[in-house]
Amino acid sequence: MPDQLIFGMEVFLNGLMAGVLYALVALGFVLIYKASGIFNYAQGVMALFSALTLVGIMEGQVPFGHLINAIFGTEIHHFGWHVPAVLAILLTMGVMVLLAVCVQKFVFRHLVGQEPIILFMATIGLAYFLEGVGDIMWGSEIKKLEVGLPQGINTLIDETTYGWFGYGFFIDNLDLVATAIAILLVSALVIFAQYTKQGRAMRAVADDHQAALSVGVSLNFIWIMVWSVAGFVALVAGIMWGAKSGVQFSLSLIALKALPVLMLGGFTSIPGAIIGGLIIGVGEKMFEFAVGPLVGGATENWFAYVLALIFLVFRPQGLFGEKIIERV
Amino acid sequence: MFYREAGDFKTSYAEDNQTFPVKFDRYRYYAVLFMGFAIIPFLINDYWVNAIFLPFLIYSIAAIGLNILTGYCGQVSLGTGGFMAVGAYGCYKLMTAFPDVSILIHVLLAGGITGIVCVVFGLPSLRIKGFYLAVATLAAQFFLVWLFNRVPWFYNYSASGQINAPERTIFGIEVTGPNTEAWATYLFCLVILTVCALIARNLTRGMQGRQWMAIRDMDIAAEIIGVNPLKAKISAFAVSGFFVGIAGALFFAVYLGAAEAGDSFGITKSFLVLFMIIIGGLGSIFGSFAGAAFLVLLPVFLKNVLVGTLGWPTDLAAHLEFIIVGGLIIMFLILEPHGLAQLWRVAKEKLRLWPFPH
Repeated sequence: MPDQLIFGMEVFLNGLMAGVLYALVALGFVLIYKASGIFNYAQGVMALFSALTLVGIMEGQVPFGHLINAIFGTEIHHFGWHVPAVLAILLTMGVMVLLAVCVQKFVFRHLVGQEPIILFMATIGLAYFLEGVGDIMWGSEIKKLEVGLPQGINTLIDETTYGWFGYGFFIDNLDLVATAIAILLVSALVIFAQYTKQGRAMRAVADDHQAALSVGVSLNFIWIMVWSVAGFVALVAGIMWGAKSGVQFSLSLIALKALPVLMLGGFTSIPGAIIGGLIIGVGEKMFEFAVGPLVGGATENWFAYVLALIFLVFRPQGLFGEKIIERV
Repeated sequence: MFYREAGDFKTSYAEDNQTFPVKFDRYRYYAVLFMGFAIIPFLINDYWVNAIFLPFLIYSIAAIGLNILTGYCGQVSLGTGGFMAVGAYGCYKLMTAFPDVSILIHVLLAGGITGIVCVVFGLPSLRIKGFYLAVATLAAQFFLVWLFNRVPWFYNYSASGQINAPERTIFGIEVTGPNTEAWATYLFCLVILTVCALIARNLTRGMQGRQWMAIRDMDIAAEIIGVNPLKAKISAFAVSGFFVGIAGALFFAVYLGAAEAGDSFGITKSFLVLFMIIIGGLGSIFGSFAGAAFLVLLPVFLKNVLVGTLGWPTDLAAHLEFIIVGGLIIMFLILEPHGLAQLWRVAKEKLRLWPFPH
């Protein structure tokens, strides 16, 4: 087998893994959009915020330590304890639920009935706000996140493929774990949405706000729940990306990676988010592999967008989105 | 007392149609112009110009451009940074290729080039709308910045990958390069801004502007009553691109002097200009000025208070600025979705009745 083809296959597999991570972020967007019609730009910052909080709790950092020191001239940084990962994840989840309540109570309750684009801009404001809060609370330096996930090259795949092709594929263990977790998460979300009482209420709200209200579904509760679930998805994405490349500002930029995924898959479709993620992940890795060296590299920054743009010109609602019906 | 129409008789159509029909408003406008052109240039020094006036003037032009596209025509664009980069690099290529031609012409040509690029990226707006379009304009942002970073022809094969503004003069007075006088750069930008604002104001209250607003309010209905959506959307992209390109050219040539596409014209710039028009007021020329002034002054003010007066570390002040900007945007969207321009309108209405409101 020619070398190029084997390299191409390796790139393809890595693209699939990257695509899973994109899909994970895109999933959070789709959930909120389906249930409340809000296009939540802050999803990426929520992932950053949750990862920062997780690291902060695990290391026993004092929240707002930097600010307190600046105002009172004290020198406190750490409580001096270490919290086990599982407990810290639970506590972080609590913080994300609290955040969901605050977001609903202080922002979106006041914006009910506004145009979608106003809501979108409000989430951009929210993203800025959260980013500032996260940095002031926990400090802005790059942190390492260690929750005991396996990392490094997967030797089994390496050896097997070496036996087949005489060349070992490099697949990161972390990517495999991420794929497994993503599959679990999606299954759990589908079961939740299809078979539980709250899930049904959520779908009812997504279908028609007023009809749902009239049969006694509490919009307020559903929205808080949806934001909490999105916070949970953000936490999972934050853990995965944080373990991969450290917890830092660039984590919030994964939201920008998830946007083309959404455009491709359609804003309202969970399978769309996953398949879109895979297409984008594979597409951008393959393009970088095949065309990147000819044009100077770093095509990953824009390829996803251009791909999505071309798709959109032919299918304005994305691959799996609901048909757009326009009336005067 | 203020803003009264009483006693202000119009005897011709031209008078009736003028931009500021109320006499008080007109005199206030002349007073502002007089202040800007005849008093401020004598009072300012390098610090004031570089920290406040130049960013304010240049961002105002960019905000006017984006406001035409987003505020008047309803097409949300997140590609402003990329389009400013087109203006900057276009201006740079023209300045270095034709050193004898006046910088003023280069700046205008750079605006024209940006208008064309903007139209190309605006073409999908005929098929896709709303969020999908907003995200599609991000393609322009990332692609353009990548292009200017990776293709050496754009930065004349310089080793650092930066572009540096060469020295250019107008009427023998330097306006770009390292040896400029504060008042010269200030006046150069002010003249361009004034002309841009006049053009924008008159475009938006004429037929073209009404077509844009019809498209914004409901594009299908507008199409049915005879507005051509192709023409309206494309013209909005072209005009918006022209202003944004001018802003980009000035930002690079006059304000920064040296620029690199990723740092100077990244995605944060797109958001900054978008925030300016949200806080200032969508669909208002005055709002573009107010928003630009607000977001230029806010960091300077915060830095002076927090770092200068309270002695906090600078990174803390920078984070606090994020919180305040984010909070303000949410607050404005909740309390006053029409921005500072609406507050100004309300204040005018109150002043008109003052001191006998009943």
